[in-house]
Amino acid sequence: MPVCRPRTTVTPVSHPEAGFETGSSLSLTRRHLEEMAAHCLSCYPEEGCGLLVGELSTGAVVEVHPTDNVAASAQVYTVDPKAHLRIDRAAEEAGLAVIGVFHSHTHTDPWPSPTDVRQAPDPGWHYVLVSLRHEVPSVRSYRIVDGNISEEQVVVSGQ
Amino acid sequence: MSVEVRLPTVLRPAAGGQSVVSVEGATIAEVLGSLQARFPGVEGQLLTEDGSLHRFVNVYVNDDDVRYLDKLDTKVEDGDVVSILPAVAGG
Repeated sequence: MPVCRPRTTVTPVSHPEAGFETGSSLSLTRRHLEEMAAHCLSCYPEEGCGLLVGELSTGAVVEVHPTDNVAASAQVYTVDPKAHLRIDRAAEEAGLAVIGVFHSHTHTDPWPSPTDVRQAPDPGWHYVLVSLRHEVPSVRSYRIVDGNISEEQVVVSGQ
Repeated sequence: MSVEVRLPTVLRPAAGGQSVVSVEGATIAEVLGSLQARFPGVEGQLLTEDGSLHRFVNVYVNDDDVRYLDKLDTKVEDGDVVSILPAVAGG
């Protein structure tokens, strides 16, 4: 069984001095942030992961879908492919799309690793990192296009 | 056999923006071959140079991942839905 650490809050979000080069952003609610953090904490010490469903054109998250990390590792993650298929179909039927992925870094900062960059599956996606390095989880979001990383603004609205 | 192939967003530009296309083939290898012949921009994104399925691509027949069936030799039938999705992984 993964060890759960007794933390339930999550801090927003982007580094206050980050330079956002792309002009793109990811919009989500505080509940979405907490869902991602809670799932990643529940998977600790392994990496946690999941998919973001929303509107590709605006970067608005509508649903957070935690999935199994079938790599079952503290160093790498693989989203359960069957869950991906199920989530992708349901999103399409709802007129939405899978617009990104989140995963945790259990002991490092929320910055994409070389593996994250090399394996980034879609240049249109948003790549959310949840760092469990410090007492309170922190979340940042990136675009990864042709091996180049750009941090984007995370806009938190509502509950 | 004519099957429906659902394309991931990353491959849609190579298919003129279509998310679903119909192609011919009796096996996954033939379906992917037909897809590549029709949309040359897809070539190299599904199969490796030695002709096996790229490790960062997952292909499903209906609900089943072909890696757990007969891989590229998996048979398809009229009306089957073949879904292609990127493997989502990192570190």
